[in-house]
Amino acid sequence: MPPPNKDAGSPARNDRSEFRQALLQNKERVTAAIPFIREIGFQILDADDTTLFGVLPYREHLVGDPETGVVAGGVITTMLDSMCGLSCALRLKSVLQVATLDLRIDYMRPAKPHVDILAEAECYHTTRSVCFTRAIAYQGERTRIVASAAGAFAITGDAARRDLAAGGGAR
Amino acid sequence: MSAGPDAGPAEGSDERPRDLPHDRAAALLGVIARSPFAQLMGLQIKIAGDEILATLPFDEKLIGNHVIRALHGGAIASFLELTATARVHLAADQPRQPKIIDITVDYLRQGKAENLYATARIVKLGRRMASVHAEAWQQERAKPVSVLTAHFLIGG
Repeated sequence: MPPPNKDAGSPARNDRSEFRQALLQNKERVTAAIPFIREIGFQILDADDTTLFGVLPYREHLVGDPETGVVAGGVITTMLDSMCGLSCALRLKSVLQVATLDLRIDYMRPAKPHVDILAEAECYHTTRSVCFTRAIAYQGERTRIVASAAGAFAITGDAARRDLAAGGGAR
Repeated sequence: MSAGPDAGPAEGSDERPRDLPHDRAAALLGVIARSPFAQLMGLQIKIAGDEILATLPFDEKLIGNHVIRALHGGAIASFLELTATARVHLAADQPRQPKIIDITVDYLRQGKAENLYATARIVKLGRRMASVHAEAWQQERAKPVSVLTAHFLIGG
């Protein structure tokens, strides 16, 4: 592997910014291309260099316990897993280049019924083979956290791995 | 099949009807049948005594990566989570559904576009908490696709 190019930081960032804009322009297409995300129905709202913002509208078929109307834990798991995975794309400049290695979720409180769930996922570190991510899901205020997640993703796509090595920060 | 509600002991009684586990199994199957998300996933559960075998029949909607035809990590985690929840529900003598505290999922192999099976065992059942381990596999039981560790609050 070539040594990390320490001066490549800003061109890489420009590349990332271009990719981010392209991702946001095609955000509906990105989520529509993933069948299980389509089933759950969450949407990408926005993104910055490393963080992805999304929303999961409340829908009756996502409820786990009809007596309470609370959305099933698995729905939040799926949203956070997907958001973490997609946040890797912001760094790798390509979607569908990662596979989940592990995922840890803490469920802080049940989600309120009939209220949208917002989420933020950040890819906070990458190596040549792994992306490290964290995410929160919340309702209303950002401090009202429903669940938090930490996930590690294996980089599977060769193209993404090469790009990352060339762009610096690889280890 | 199942005893009616009259067969149960009066509230507060220490007596347990002999067929309580069977009743609990029936109650659990009812909970799953009424859960919209379990139905969306297509979850199937078989109960044999205190063992559970869960099946997630393959469906296109469970795909997470259409290029490599892999199941969605969230679908696998949700399936394991439902299996673990069902197992706790079966073990805990509580009318309310156990509440999930946290989960840790290890993805060991790619979930292929085929049926996924899972079972769960209770590692520790306390008065308020339960620790559960669940495992999912496809064609070979000895080659797990994913494993999950979860904690639940029971009777809360």
